[in-house]
Amino acid sequence: MKKLEVKNISKSFDGKPVLKDISIELNQGEIVCLLGVSGGGKTTLFNIISGLLTPDSGQILLDGKDITNQPGYVSYMLQKDLLLPYRTIEDNAALPLLLKGAKKKEARTQVHPMFAQFGLEGTQKKYPAQLSGGMRQRAALLRTYMFSKDVALLDEPFSALDTLTKSAMHKWYLNVMENIKLSTLFITHDIDEAILISDRIYLLSGSPGEIAGEIIIKEKKPRKDDFNLTPDFLQYKKKILSLL
Amino acid sequence: MLPSPVEVIQAFISEFPLLMKNLVVTLQEAFIGLFLGVSVGFIAAVLMDTFDILYKAFYPLLIITQTIPSVAIAPLLVLWFGYEMTPKIVLIIISTFFPVTVGLLDGFRSADKDSIGLLRSMGANRFQIFRYIKFPSALPQLFSGLRIAAAYSVVGAVISEWLGGFGGLGVYMTRVKKAFAFDKMFAVIFLIAAISLALMALVGFAEKKCMPYRNTNKKGEKL
Repeated sequence: MKKLEVKNISKSFDGKPVLKDISIELNQGEIVCLLGVSGGGKTTLFNIISGLLTPDSGQILLDGKDITNQPGYVSYMLQKDLLLPYRTIEDNAALPLLLKGAKKKEARTQVHPMFAQFGLEGTQKKYPAQLSGGMRQRAALLRTYMFSKDVALLDEPFSALDTLTKSAMHKWYLNVMENIKLSTLFITHDIDEAILISDRIYLLSGSPGEIAGEIIIKEKKPRKDDFNLTPDFLQYKKKILSLL
Repeated sequence: MLPSPVEVIQAFISEFPLLMKNLVVTLQEAFIGLFLGVSVGFIAAVLMDTFDILYKAFYPLLIITQTIPSVAIAPLLVLWFGYEMTPKIVLIIISTFFPVTVGLLDGFRSADKDSIGLLRSMGANRFQIFRYIKFPSALPQLFSGLRIAAAYSVVGAVISEWLGGFGGLGVYMTRVKKAFAFDKMFAVIFLIAAISLALMALVGFAEKKCMPYRNTNKKGEKL
């Protein structure tokens, strides 16, 4: 079932085209990666999908409904965790509910049961500065999830983390996703990361950015720990490199 | 001409009831003035942050109000508002709202743009962005402004009492000055300094209470 459709989006800044005729789809419960070099217009596309930017042409549909240029429908998470330093983790996670008009107490009760699922036990009353980078990204994802259990846009959420933490985060992330089935569009410039976590990959390349290809990762989920060492994995990687 | 510390302490003790009576008057003016000054400063900052045209129109005027020495306007205020409490409070408002407004404006402008973008993507309205991002981001600057305002409020009260009034430490000061009672003069100077320090400590205490996230380290221990 189609959850989110991006139809023929084009965008230019000051006459310089950044995105050209982008069309992608996201099905219910899918993790889809958008892979491309930095500065290739990926973040611009996300800003358009989330309604923060107006496209020059094209449409964004959520469940068939036009949400072009309307913020507040899909949730958005960036590389920077953007946790508010003056709010505890539980209050950060509860923020989307407060924005929707929930009372502080009921927002907290809704958030609390999620802490265990996101591997954040014991951090409720802590402030962001007291957590490690990995834990902060977890909290940021929880906040993203509290905003919308529908569609999430993740913009290079793990790229600021060191390699070991990153690999631990991938395991954690796939684990969480097994449980919550959040339809996700995931931006990355890391080919291994894309193959590891996604069901499908769109390749974005060129200037202005265009969709250069689509790759379906057939490997079953949950994926084995050594998936990234198998010949299949290398095949996918070869194919992506040839297309980019 | 210069009294010994012992003489100052003796003067302080012998004059204690009179000092306290005048202190109450001064503190009353300082508190009312500070409260109103901070309120005016807060409202001015919010309006100027919301409407850019107000910022452009009034910011230069704001600076000008600060270039006029308060001793120069105080006599005018006495002529306009009389010898009662009003001119004192007006002077305190004029001298305390400025650090609050400037601090808050800076604070509002320092709010993280990406965080604001994130809240906008969550459909937050202007008030919510103010409440969850701009205001809390401006708290450190607000408290710096408040510290200065607290000190100004006592000084402002004393200066305006100097130039006309029926009670308060400023009036007491002019009286002992005319009597060349240097020991009493120093006693009241130290009292004013102590009161200013106490007010600033109070602001510091409120700051700690309002920003608990600043008092914890990585392990979550209280500092």
